[in-house]
Amino acid sequence: MGLEIGLGHYLTVAAILFTLGVFGIFINRKNVIVILMSVELILLAVNLNLVAFSAHLNDLQGQVFALMILTVAAAEAAIGLAILVIFYRNRGSIAVEDVNMMKG
Amino acid sequence: MTLPLFFFYVFSAITVASAFMVISARNPVHAVLFLILAFFNAAGLFMLAGAEFLALLLIVVYVGAVAVLFLFVVMMIDVDFAELKSGLLSYAPIGMVVGAILFLELLLVAGSFVVAPEVVGAGGLPILATVDNTKALGLVLYTRYVFLFQGAAAVLLVAMIGAIVLTLRHRTGIKRQSTASQLGRNPSETVRNVKVKSGQGL
Amino acid sequence: MIIQAIVFLPLIGALVAGLLGRSIGHRPSEFITTGLLLIAAVLSWFVFIPVAFGDGLVGAVGDGHAAVVKVEVMRWIQVGDMDLRWILRVDTLTAIMLVVVNTVSALVHVYSIGYMEEDPHRSRFFAYLSLFTFAMLMLVTADNFLQMFFGWEGVGLASYLLIGFWYTKPSATAAAMKAFIVNRVGDFGFALGIFGAFLVLGHIDFDGAFHAADEFAATGLPVIQFLSWQLDAMTVICLLLFMGAMGKSAQFLLHTWLPDAMEGPTPVSALIHAATMVTAGVFMVARLSPLFETSPVALTVVIVIGAITAFFAATVGLVQNDIKRVIAYSTCSQLGYMFVALGVGAYSAGIFHLFTHAFFKALLFLGAGSVIHAMHHEQDMRNMGGLRKKIPITYAMMMIGTLALTGVGIPGTNFGFAGFFSKDAIIESAYAFGGNVGSFAFWLLVVAALFTSFYSWRLVHLTFHGSPRDAQHHGEGPHPDPAHAALESHDEPIDDSNADDHGDHSHHGSAYDHAHESPNVMLVPLYVLAVGAVLAGVVFYGMFFHEVEHIEHFFAGSIYVDHQIIDDAHHVPTWVKWSATIAMIIGFVSAWYMYIRRPDVPGRLAATNPGLYKFLLNKWYFDELYNTIFVKPALWIGNAVWKGFDDWLVDGKIAEGLGRRVQNVTSWVVKLQSGYLYHYAFAMLIGIAALLTWAIAAGGLI
Repeated sequence: MGLEIGLGHYLTVAAILFTLGVFGIFINRKNVIVILMSVELILLAVNLNLVAFSAHLNDLQGQVFALMILTVAAAEAAIGLAILVIFYRNRGSIAVEDVNMMKG
Repeated sequence: MTLPLFFFYVFSAITVASAFMVISARNPVHAVLFLILAFFNAAGLFMLAGAEFLALLLIVVYVGAVAVLFLFVVMMIDVDFAELKSGLLSYAPIGMVVGAILFLELLLVAGSFVVAPEVVGAGGLPILATVDNTKALGLVLYTRYVFLFQGAAAVLLVAMIGAIVLTLRHRTGIKRQSTASQLGRNPSETVRNVKVKSGQGL
Repeated sequence: MIIQAIVFLPLIGALVAGLLGRSIGHRPSEFITTGLLLIAAVLSWFVFIPVAFGDGLVGAVGDGHAAVVKVEVMRWIQVGDMDLRWILRVDTLTAIMLVVVNTVSALVHVYSIGYMEEDPHRSRFFAYLSLFTFAMLMLVTADNFLQMFFGWEGVGLASYLLIGFWYTKPSATAAAMKAFIVNRVGDFGFALGIFGAFLVLGHIDFDGAFHAADEFAATGLPVIQFLSWQLDAMTVICLLLFMGAMGKSAQFLLHTWLPDAMEGPTPVSALIHAATMVTAGVFMVARLSPLFETSPVALTVVIVIGAITAFFAATVGLVQNDIKRVIAYSTCSQLGYMFVALGVGAYSAGIFHLFTHAFFKALLFLGAGSVIHAMHHEQDMRNMGGLRKKIPITYAMMMIGTLALTGVGIPGTNFGFAGFFSKDAIIESAYAFGGNVGSFAFWLLVVAALFTSFYSWRLVHLTFHGSPRDAQHHGEGPHPDPAHAALESHDEPIDDSNADDHGDHSHHGSAYDHAHESPNVMLVPLYVLAVGAVLAGVVFYGMFFHEVEHIEHFFAGSIYVDHQIIDDAHHVPTWVKWSATIAMIIGFVSAWYMYIRRPDVPGRLAATNPGLYKFLLNKWYFDELYNTIFVKPALWIGNAVWKGFDDWLVDGKIAEGLGRRVQNVTSWVVKLQSGYLYHYAFAMLIGIAALLTWAIAAGGLI
């Protein structure tokens, strides 16, 4: 491991974050709020990758891209939580295990 | 060990640890707080990578808005979160497997990838040392990426309207002011002159 | 122009009556079709008279040896070397047929105005009649095989429509289907014959085909190799073509449809199933006589089939009780005579019989129709009798028809009815042909002549003479044919069901008491046909069968004229010349004895020979035989294919089975769609893992 912060460092951290996000979805399958937070973690890992590559390649486009992902993540969180609120309002619970209204 | 590297380790260690706590915390309020902590440290990592504007944006937007929104929702909804935790680990093995596969593959990629030589420096937007990060982003965001920017704005607008539409509801049995009916009132409908004989009342 | 008018006027009538009949009403439809047909008939005579009595065909191309008028209607088909034109070909043979078809058709149209008076679908009936006439004219004016086939199928269609005209009657629709299907068998052979002719001769227009056939005389006959057999090509083609003729002309083995076709209205029987359509086979063989002359084997088959038909149908006719069926079997038998004439090479004699037969058989049928009309749609002769006083004019007409059919005349002189000349010509030709085949045909024809006389007079006696029996029939009185009473269950289904359908009023009291003479509109056609039945023989004998030179001049190359056979036929021994007349007299006397003098004899005869009687009454059990060997196996195969192949395999296993497999798969797949949000999330994440694995393993997402 060198003395400088390399691309590999960032990618490793991002990989760990991504994996934790995926794992979080699996173990918190009943709790939609935590699933949403896990999605935020995954997006954070992606952003970390983009910023790292931007620095490594000396190119600003990566940061522009990350900016867009931030926007979409914010929108997604807002919509997701809104759905959660009305879901709770209708069912009195957020336990998605009880709900399979989408079943075909 | 240089100072940046040291901070990198500190930030990344705290980020990973708090991310782990996010997915494993029993109390969702704690999970949100750990998420905030993870964002803060990720912002530090951004800062180390030279993306100062994004780092600050992460704090402002994620910590200030999104994470607080989470906190607000978690607190607003009266749910027995302990109950939701039951059967926590029933899908853990498959989660482990998928997660492990992804992790190993990501590491494999991270350890062995090679940047194509023609890509290096071929990007249209080299980061110049003379222009600071925020200004550089501002310069391209309103010129070269103006449509992308407008698109992002549209996404946010739609998200806002969507969230309002989803959560807005008209409760019955609540008294509201109806400006239109107030303004539409007419003396002939509402006022009646009655001659009252003295000493008799109505 | 005159020829186009002859051919297309009936078509116009058919279209007007068929398409506009509802809007213009029945009466105008009748008058339009009938009027156009009358015009066409008159024009036909204009074409024919110069041929018969003048210098030959007006406007004919070619010398007197092959005089023909060709009118091109349009270019029809151009494929490769084949350039087919739709040409109306008129030569002597066609002119004869034009006269026969249009005259009888016009008279039948007129007659039908009276006969179909009460029918609610008259305009449809007249449209069909005119359509039939048009198709028949297409057939006789054909200049190539394809046109002939068009007309051939057209008359088949019209026949089907007219037999099934009373489509609410199950027996009529069944008879229509039977006629159509049996004709398909013949048409199958006919079509194959046309294909073969095109293959071997290289032409399907008649001139080209005849020319090619002539050249075979020099180059030798072509041979068709089929599997391991070497077959004479011309024999194969002629036999296949003859198969078509057998179907259309109701010859032995393919005759079963004709008696059932009597389910149609009686004018139809007169026009289609006596005078014109059934003679299409005879016409076709005569038209193709140059081809048939190249194959002695085919001609022998024609003789044998014709002779057997003449004999067979006559025997069956002896015992039938339905007045129309007797005449139908008589038609069948007479067609056999014509084929014998064609087979022995006396084509002109065959055409002569066709010509005379058209008149007297149409007369008989229309007379029978008049009787049926008078008896309020009673057709069973056992319920008639003594009608001579009630309907004297019809009786007289039927007598003339019977005399013509039985061939009354004095041999060696020119005194006789139409049938006398033509039938005797055929019998003499058959004798002159000689050999085993000739003798066989000669004796069968003579016996058939005896039977013809017998059943014709039986018909007259049962219908017109004696005393009325219809009242007794319904009561307990003695039955004229006790055997019939015993065998009632074996009787044809046509007998009484027919009457029920049509005139309910007739059963109040005796039909005899209510019997009435037909109106003039029905009688006038009878007069005209009666004139034909009397004079057609004596007037035209010279052209058809007197002197070879005269015949050749008259036909002008339109048929093959065999000098030898006609010469020989004129020089047969005297006993041969008298044989038919003697047979006729024997038949007449025995009929008189059995049905007038001793009416109990037929019953006893039937009772003593029940086997023979049933055999004849049931038409040699042909229907039963075909039912067993064709219909039932076909039904069995159809059932097997239906239940075994279609229901079980296609529906059960393939269609529904596949459907069930799809249901099985989907009912399993649908479990994937659990509706649980996290399941979808899992699926996405597992998908990401798989995609990434694939990307790494395959070296990138390129």
